[in-house]
This record gives sequence, C-alpha cells and structure tokens, in this order.
Amino acid sequence: MSRLPITKTPKVYVGGAFIRSESARVFPLKDAAGNFFANIPQCTRKDLRNAVEAAAKAGPGWAKRTAYNRGQIIYRLGEMIEARAGEMAEAIALGGASKVAAAKEVAATVDRLIYYAGWADKYEQLLGNVNPVAAPYFNFTVTEPMGIIGVLAPEQAPLLALVSLFAPAITSGNTVVALASTSQPYPAILLGEMLATSDLPGGVVNLLTGYRKEMVPTFATHTHLRALVGAANADERKALALGAADSVKRLHLVKTEELPDWYADSAQSLEAVRSTLEFKTTWHPIGA
Amino acid sequence: MLATSSRAAFRRLFDEVGTVDAVGVEERVAKYGTRSIKKSAKVWGLKTAVSMVDLTTLEGKDTPGKVASLCQKALQPHDPELGVPQVAAVCVYPAMVKHARKALGSDTAVRIASVATAFPSGQAPLKTRLAEVKAAVADGADEIDMVINRGAFLSGEFGEMQDEIRAVVEACGDATLKVILEVSELETYDNIRAASFLAMRVIREGDFIKTSTGKTSLNATLGNNQVMIEAIRDYYLDTGISIAMKPAGGIRTAKQALTFLVAIKETLGDAWLNNSRYRFGASALLNDLVRQLEKEKTGAYQAPYYFSESAESY
Repeated sequence: MSRLPITKTPKVYVGGAFIRSESARVFPLKDAAGNFFANIPQCTRKDLRNAVEAAAKAGPGWAKRTAYNRGQIIYRLGEMIEARAGEMAEAIALGGASKVAAAKEVAATVDRLIYYAGWADKYEQLLGNVNPVAAPYFNFTVTEPMGIIGVLAPEQAPLLALVSLFAPAITSGNTVVALASTSQPYPAILLGEMLATSDLPGGVVNLLTGYRKEMVPTFATHTHLRALVGAANADERKALALGAADSVKRLHLVKTEELPDWYADSAQSLEAVRSTLEFKTTWHPIGA
Repeated sequence: MLATSSRAAFRRLFDEVGTVDAVGVEERVAKYGTRSIKKSAKVWGLKTAVSMVDLTTLEGKDTPGKVASLCQKALQPHDPELGVPQVAAVCVYPAMVKHARKALGSDTAVRIASVATAFPSGQAPLKTRLAEVKAAVADGADEIDMVINRGAFLSGEFGEMQDEIRAVVEACGDATLKVILEVSELETYDNIRAASFLAMRVIREGDFIKTSTGKTSLNATLGNNQVMIEAIRDYYLDTGISIAMKPAGGIRTAKQALTFLVAIKETLGDAWLNNSRYRFGASALLNDLVRQLEKEKTGAYQAPYYFSESAESY
C-alpha cells in the first residue's frame, strides 16, 4: 500500500515553544536541486518583540543558575546534537553542502558547544579580579551577564556560525534572540527541537527565521537588547550602528564580505564570552 | 449545593433579570481581540486607558512612603513631553487614605479610592464595615470600593445583600461607590448577571460595579466584563440610570486594555468611554501603557526598565 508523504511544518523555537510567525506568513524553502522542501515561518518585528519578552522572562532564572549547572546544560545541548548528528547533517546538506562537509559542520558545532560548556565555570576566574589599591580596601571586579543579546547569523555555515555566535553569550547567563540564515534556515529549525530537549530553560535561546530586511532595523532600535553580535553587510552595519547609538547597545559585528573561518580555533575564544559581559567593581573595607 | 429555598430564590431572580448565554458570550468576546487598532487610534486608546486607571496598591507591606510615590506616579506617569494624562485615581487601603491625601493635595483631579468593608473577604460585622467606610471618607477618600456579602448572595439572601449595600451607600455620603461582586466566587455567568442587577438597583447613578478584588485566582476576564456591561446596558435601557463599570485584577498589558475598550465601545458606546463611566483597577498596566505610548512616539520597542519604578514594585 502506498503511503501519503508525511511532510513537516517547520516552526521556530521561541520562549520554549514552537510557534508560527504572528503574521502567519511563510516563505518557501527549496533544496539544492530546486525542489520545494517546506514553508518556513517568515517572522516579523513583532515576533522579534515577543521573543525579546520571552528572553527577558527567562533571563534572571538563567543568570542565577550556578556556572557549573550552565556548563552542564550547554554540554547536554552538545549531546543532543551529537545524538541526532545524521539528521542535522541532512538538514545542512539541504542547502547544497556535501555530505562530508555537512557532517564536519555538525561535528564542529558540537565541539564548539563543549568548548563553551567548559568555560562556563572558568571564565570568571580569568576575567574577574582582586585589584591592587593603595588603601585599606579589598577591590573586586566581578562579571555580570549583560541581559538580552541579539544574534544575526550569516548566510553561510547555517548551524556552526549560529551556534558560535550565541554559545558564548549564554555561557555567562545572557539570553539570546537570534535571526537564522535566510537562505538556509532549516538547520536552525532543527536546532530548536534539540534546544527543547536539552534542559536549557525555555526562552534562553530564541530562534527566528525570515528576512533580514524586515528585522534588522528592529534589532538595531529595540532598547531591551543590550548587545548585538553577528554578521552584517555595509548597509546593515550603518543601520545597526545608528540604532545602537540611540539605544546604547554594544555591537560586535563581522563583515559579511569577509567572514571568519568558523572552523578555525580563532572562532572560539574567551574574548567571545567577555564581549557580552558587564564588569562590576566593588570596594570593601578591610577589617582591623 | 444550594438549599431548596435558595434554589427557588435564584430561579425567581433569573426569571426576572434573564440568564446569560455563556457560549454566546465567550464567542462574542473572542472576536474583540481581532480588531485592528493602529497608529492614531491606538494612541487615543492608550491615552484613554491611562486616564481610566485606578492605580492600585493593596499590599500588607504598603507604607506611607510607598503610597506617596504611587501618588506621584498617578499625577505624572511619565515625561510630560509624551503627553500622558493623569490617571483617574489611586486605590489604597483605608489606613493609607490620609497619606494619599497628603501626597496628592486637595486641589487635584486624581481621586482617592479606598477599599473598605473588610476587603477582600467582607467577612466582618456590618457595623465594623460601615465604620471603616465612614473613616475612609472622613480621611478624604473620594471613592469607596466595597465587597458584597457573597455568603448572603449564594445562600439566596438577596434582601440582606442589598440592605448591606444600601447601608454602605448611605455611609458613603458624597463619595462614589464601587460594588465589588468578586466574580470568581459567584461561579456562573447567570449569577454574575443576577448579582449585577441586585447591586445596580440599590446604588446611585454614576456608582460602579466592579468585577473583583484582585485577591483571588481568577480576576477580570473579557467574559465577566461582557456579562456585567450587558447587565449595565439592559438596566440603562430599562430605567435610564447609567451605572459605571470597573474590571480589576489581571489586566496587565496595553493590548488587553485596548481589547476591553473595544468591548465597551461595541456594547455600551462612546458614552462609557471615559473615566467617570469606566475604570481599570490595575498596577502593572500603567507602565505597559506608557511603554507602548513611548514606542508609538519613537518607533523603537522599549525596555521595561526605562520607565519610572514599575508599579508592580509598589
């Protein structure tokens, strides 16, 4: 007996739930051979607003977890991807990558998560400090997560670049609203399913799919986003810089014209964790 | 389980005032959320909603200082450049009325509402409840929020319930009265409608009926609101007396508030779209309204901490 094809309705992972765009719009995704694959949610600035609300709700709880626990959870996210590596590789291959390249990207993504899982309970020792002062005080510098971080993933390396950008932010207790690759959104959709089973509290990572043109201006101006990391072209960089100046947010952008090698060791660093931290310095009198 | 006698009393009352088509109400209110209100209409709605807020703090931990800062926020919810109106009233416990009066002064459009009559349970002797009302009015309250005797209502003692409201009306003097039905304890839409009528028959034109205390699990919903404003409409068409309405508790977002305004517009009309006929009992709502107004003005979504001490923290 012939079966009906069971096609999937991809939905994005926002606030711990799988949602469609509030606009009810979708855009068709084709595989590398040009065949229709699925309709992907075309999220809007209102979806972005809702995602920021979800991230705001999740933020304090996530930041309050012990560093060790955050590390465990990020490690578990790596486990979840590892266990479904084949499926993820197929999702990446959909965009035209060879099977070997796709498998390599998945492996590199898992390794990247393990790398930042390791940093979770160690960055504070390196970035925080007891500062020498010429008075009878202890002077401490400690780090705090900034809050909600916007991530603009580049078109290429749809999984690895996305994860490389958001992993350092959540390592220190930030929450993230990320816009996935427009041309290859499916790995991000699948990643959402893995996030949902990874013990990561809902709302810590929120993934949107859709057109950059519709959401980049809102990423720029939304005052609740404390920093933006990711890739942007010249026009976007200008819009983001103007919006960020208005809303006093931090920008860490790479040029889409000259993207880094996401596989290189230089694509993972303590600096990336540091870039979404605030530093707080406290004076405390030394007792007699 | 109602006793036989009270069941008969309810049957007679329902025959008199009519019952509610619960499914119809749910379906009707589900449609209100679908209205598209944008740009200038939205700004008008948001500002109107601000002017209807009874900015409330009803906590055991209220202090004179907290009430004073609440009053300051009521007088000027945000940067004057934004053109946000003052709220309708502050709503506090009777012991805080004199502090609110001191903070607001006597020459102000912001009114002072006080919950009285052993709020929220109402379970105190009538004499005590009336004394509380009188004390609040003497301290300078412009409005009194009373709770009905739900025990009397549910046991079918409608006369007793109405007599108590009458006594409070008298104790109020010139102060406006708001009668809290506490809808979550009335259990059915039929009961809410019946209680609304019982209350409306003994209060004065311009007095309010109010959904809830905000102290129980279920508060103001569009459904409860709809049943009550339809009762107000029917009573107005019967008698020509216009009763005001105040949903309270659970209305936290600007979007919800706009939906409630849609319900009013489409059920009672423009005559009820002002703060002498309609109020929101709320605390967190005000900041979200102001936040959305700021968003309409600047085009940028705003972080909640950009606004003066959010009312949840009062």
